[in-house]
Amino acid sequence: MTTTADTAAPLLRVRNLTVRFRTPRGPVTALDGVRFDLARGEVLGLIGESGSGKSVTLRSLLRILPSSRTTVSGSIRIDGREVLEFGARDLARHRGGDVAMIFQEPMLAFDPVFTIGHQITETVVRHKGVSWAEGRARALEVLDLVRIPSAKLRLDEYPHRLSGGMRQRAMIALALSCSPKILLADEPTTALDATVQIQVVLLLRELQRELGMATIFVTHDVGVAAEISDRVAVMYAGRIVETGTAAEVLKAPAHPYARGLLASTIHGAKRGDAIAAIPGMPPDLAALPPGCAFAPRCRQVRDACLATKPLPRALGGGRAIACIGGEGAIA
Amino acid sequence: MSEIAHPAEPALEVVGLHKTFHLRSGGRTRAVQAVTDVSFRVGAGRTLGIVGESGCGKSTTARLVMGLIEADLGDVRLAGREVGRSAAEMKAFRRRVQMVFQDSAASLNPRLTIEASIMFGPVVHGLSRAEAKTRAHRLLDRVGLDPARFAGRHPHELSGGQRQRVNIARALAMEPEIVILDESVSALDKSIEAQVLGLLSDLQAEMGLTYLFISHDLNVVRWISDEVMVMYLGRVAEIGPAEAIFEAPAHPYTRALLASMPSLDPEARTLAAPITGDPPSPIDPPSGCRFHPRCAHAAAICAATAPELNAPSGDGRLEDLHRVACHMAAAGASWAGEGAGP
Amino acid sequence: MTGIDAASLTPPPPVVVAASPGYWTGVGRRLSRDPVSMLCLAVLVAIVVAAILAPWLAPADPSIGSVVRRLKPIGTPGYPLGTDELGRDMLTRLLWGGRLSLLMGIAPVAMALLVGGTLGTIAGYVGGKTNAVIMRATDVVFAFPSILLAVAIAGALGPGVANTLLALTIVLIPPIVRVSESATTQVRDLDFVEAARATGAGAITVVRVHVLGNVMGPVLVYASSLLSVSIILAAGLSFIGLGARPPTPEWGLMLATLRNAIWSQPLLAALPGGLIFVVSLAFNLLSDGLRSAMEVE
Repeated sequence: MTTTADTAAPLLRVRNLTVRFRTPRGPVTALDGVRFDLARGEVLGLIGESGSGKSVTLRSLLRILPSSRTTVSGSIRIDGREVLEFGARDLARHRGGDVAMIFQEPMLAFDPVFTIGHQITETVVRHKGVSWAEGRARALEVLDLVRIPSAKLRLDEYPHRLSGGMRQRAMIALALSCSPKILLADEPTTALDATVQIQVVLLLRELQRELGMATIFVTHDVGVAAEISDRVAVMYAGRIVETGTAAEVLKAPAHPYARGLLASTIHGAKRGDAIAAIPGMPPDLAALPPGCAFAPRCRQVRDACLATKPLPRALGGGRAIACIGGEGAIA
Repeated sequence: MSEIAHPAEPALEVVGLHKTFHLRSGGRTRAVQAVTDVSFRVGAGRTLGIVGESGCGKSTTARLVMGLIEADLGDVRLAGREVGRSAAEMKAFRRRVQMVFQDSAASLNPRLTIEASIMFGPVVHGLSRAEAKTRAHRLLDRVGLDPARFAGRHPHELSGGQRQRVNIARALAMEPEIVILDESVSALDKSIEAQVLGLLSDLQAEMGLTYLFISHDLNVVRWISDEVMVMYLGRVAEIGPAEAIFEAPAHPYTRALLASMPSLDPEARTLAAPITGDPPSPIDPPSGCRFHPRCAHAAAICAATAPELNAPSGDGRLEDLHRVACHMAAAGASWAGEGAGP
Repeated sequence: MTGIDAASLTPPPPVVVAASPGYWTGVGRRLSRDPVSMLCLAVLVAIVVAAILAPWLAPADPSIGSVVRRLKPIGTPGYPLGTDELGRDMLTRLLWGGRLSLLMGIAPVAMALLVGGTLGTIAGYVGGKTNAVIMRATDVVFAFPSILLAVAIAGALGPGVANTLLALTIVLIPPIVRVSESATTQVRDLDFVEAARATGAGAITVVRVHVLGNVMGPVLVYASSLLSVSIILAAGLSFIGLGARPPTPEWGLMLATLRNAIWSQPLLAALPGGLIFVVSLAFNLLSDGLRSAMEVE
């Protein structure tokens, strides 16, 4: 799954993606030269904390950022077509059709005054141009796909009557109804209980395999990323600081931030074990330091780090880090 | 940790807490059995972790212990003495038990400065404003916030981690014996969470605080707790020393919960969900053992009678108690070969 | 780093605390950047100051008239805004009239704010039966259309400024009770209020320190929007003879007495109405600006 990125052309190519917001406090650079590829059928886990830019990345792929105060530059190519140049008609086909998104809070995806079945059917009808009856059949099909029990009855249920896990599955069904090429998942399991979270993660993994859908899965939970990703990219202050396969990045991270993040993740630690916390504060996107954004908190900082922004450096085999040091860390 | 001698009396003891809320919907009144027959003890200077999913009643339990909600039945005892209901006793009680909430922003009055928020409690209990201010500054310093920079600020100027430190300082301003931490680190970024947890641990060691740590994050609970209590639909499913619960969970629900934790190793992923469906709502809970509809080992007795926590094993010392409320476990069923927790 | 040691009683050196601007300072700053609000504020300040300084600014005596000089147009030498139907100088009467009209607009709102705000906060915080009693009583009074209620009360009490003030206050209390009750109910359930209760503070302390500061904002904005309503109601009551009584100068009363002059001197007759309109509009726009300034957190 992971080596096909070299042989076939990537489905999604993002180059130099930069997003700036105008805020009352001044201009904020939410994304700074983001660059990554997504192969067909691949799951890319995007890990980062708040302010890292992971959600902004997803939203710029769908072009749903508030247009009045946002400037987006760079290139987003899906199957060779430039998303940032889409007109209104192309955008309508793109959103929900080629690329679909699932959110953290399922109630946000559904209109509370229409039934689930109605909303999924309407989406299918609008995108595929089929009749209402055919759309409804497709809605039933996807509800079955996401393992909602008694799918036929659920078609006529309102969103608020479903439990949290059910709603999340229904939202996944809505996203899958038009067979998108790329599924964007923005922390879909963060608000769920542990036993429900693992069910949804496993479901997504299965569906992704069955349908061969490329997926970008945004999360702050390293464990969830490990469960679902083929490749992982770690973001910090609007930049991607490390990319590689899931095993590489999560078990032997090279970038100091990635290493700090994994070291401070508590897993299996017992009472009395020491935990290593990253010192300092998360970055202020309105006032980033001139050089590396992580330099103020990095234990291996050098003078050169403060002067120039590190560009991603390929380490071979699809692995890359944005750090002038860090090589010694790769075992 | 078990080498630390502790007095025979637990710092906090809760016996038989019950709380039912009555919701009126569409003309009918429905009973939400939020907390049913919950009892536990926490030794001085120790941490009891309370885990469970939505609807298990852990937050309600915290508020019952704090006295923010009035219990239908049951009592709360501090150092062996029961807490009375009179206004004066409640006020004295409030000095000894404090709480840190989950939402760091909502827990601070946006109109007050940081130091004013911290000073409020001590002043209510009779400290002069000058003394309260000194204490506030000292505490800010102790939680890692420079008073010169932060005392005069307002909550919206601080980050989530900084606000939570302020909330901790605010709780400590009352010089309590017991601090209830209700999902206090859940909303923080992981790197900040690690910092705040380190702070909490240091403070506990320095000041001999007793913690009640409520969280849905099992990893964090394992790290910070001496004992762990697992709740399901308002009842206690299992309670015991942290390592015992995590390494040899006895209740089927605990086993499922532990098995639901995502594996951190992409090359050793979880293969099957240990349990299906959502946690049910505490309105009209199932009869008998509330977990029996979802339990793979349920027998006829499980639907009929609610299991009690079994008698303590070992020599009765506080930390040797590993108790389970399960008919099958009490009957000696072993889960060997089933694949335990992580 | 040592923990808190009760034995170390030496006070730490005085700390210079960096104070951040409070909420109201921020509101004031944002308000000052809004040109419309500043214009309205300037206009209102000018009118209020002029009214207060009427005894010194007015060119003539408001009660001395002359039948010969009645209804002189605007711009007559010696009478910059003309004279009214009894020959009294309009400018003088407008200035003096402003005192009463503004008083009858602002005072009822202030008093209603005090009474209604207290009732609403109590109802919102205590809840239960107290809330039910207060809110239902409010509903009863609120059920009457405000103008009719004002007329009815003023009519029952008789004409006169004091009675008008009372009538208007009664009419304005219910909406303020509603707004403050709703604001209090929202604030009461917030975590920081619970945290304050958890320190063992009494209800009054909690309300005073934590609830009021957060409730005052929306209530003040609402009250400021009531100012424009109150001015118009007061003028209206005087117009139908229930407010100020002649010969007291008051804008609404002047509108009534100049009614017949519309045919001969329309501009003159419109002057008091124009002032009522300007003041009311200015209060309205200012309250909008205040609301916007308060929304940004």
